[in-house]
Amino acid sequence: MESGLLHVGLGHYLTVSAMLFTLGIFGIFLNRKNLIVILMSIELMLLSVNINLVAFSSFLNDLAGQIFTMLVLTVAAAEAAIGLAIVVVFYRNRRSIEVEDINQMKG
Amino acid sequence: MIIASLAFYLFSFIAITSALNVIFQRNPVHSVLWLILTFFNAAGLFLLLGAEFLAMILVVVYVGAVAVLFLFVVMMLDINVAMIREGFMKYLPVGAFIGIILLVELALVFGGWAMAPEAQALRLAPTPDLTQIPNTEALGRIMYTQYVYVFQAAGLVLLVAMIGSIVLTMRRRIGVRKQDISAQVNRRTEETVEVVKAEVGKGIA
Repeated sequence: MESGLLHVGLGHYLTVSAMLFTLGIFGIFLNRKNLIVILMSIELMLLSVNINLVAFSSFLNDLAGQIFTMLVLTVAAAEAAIGLAIVVVFYRNRRSIEVEDINQMKG
Repeated sequence: MIIASLAFYLFSFIAITSALNVIFQRNPVHSVLWLILTFFNAAGLFLLLGAEFLAMILVVVYVGAVAVLFLFVVMMLDINVAMIREGFMKYLPVGAFIGIILLVELALVFGGWAMAPEAQALRLAPTPDLTQIPNTEALGRIMYTQYVYVFQAAGLVLLVAMIGSIVLTMRRRIGVRKQDISAQVNRRTEETVEVVKAEVGKGIA
């Protein structure tokens, strides 16, 4: 899979996407005061998944991975739209977007 | 070949550093801008992988729509930037711990991963010769035939998202003076105008 630093193989792309995914997880834990940055971290994670899918699709010569990437893009766009709408409604009600303030649905 | 490898390292380095900046920026507007840079470099990686259509879609959809949406919302909400950093250090150790665990796990998975010999025969949609058919055309050919129902379902997802976000954010403001055309048109003369006979010297009081 890996042969030399200058020969870029599947492993290189998987490493990049793993790092991006980890950064996304890290961002979710770090930015507890800002819901929007959490949404951005989720976008980062989805992007890393897309890189993974496209890399496999390219190295295994299977276009199905790219179709799947397009669907992930669609779902990510829908998720961003709905998530931001929820953030806007929440801000309208509570004047804040902190994670700690989201406790109104507690039973 | 060398240039492609160097381009890979350049794109991935910028992508990862800008992803770090997305997380660590103080100002959410800057975070969005770094996110846009990350998307651009991921599009570069897609180009290197030969997925030209997806690279362009990534730029158009993510940079053109999603990131601008984020930017609008960030600027619309009046967020106290100074307060955002509170508790940042409190969550740093646990976040770093979980991140490192995840990274190690992913490394173990990718390190021990091997492909089954019969995997090549099980491909769902083998890529045609890309010197004959461009990537976009090859994608379109299977998107609208083999995956047409999935494609329609994706459209439905977008429709539901659109309706959902409109329903969520719509509100009726009270006390807004707005023209109500049907009420104006439906007014009848006999309901609104009254003819009063005024007596001489008295008037109507």
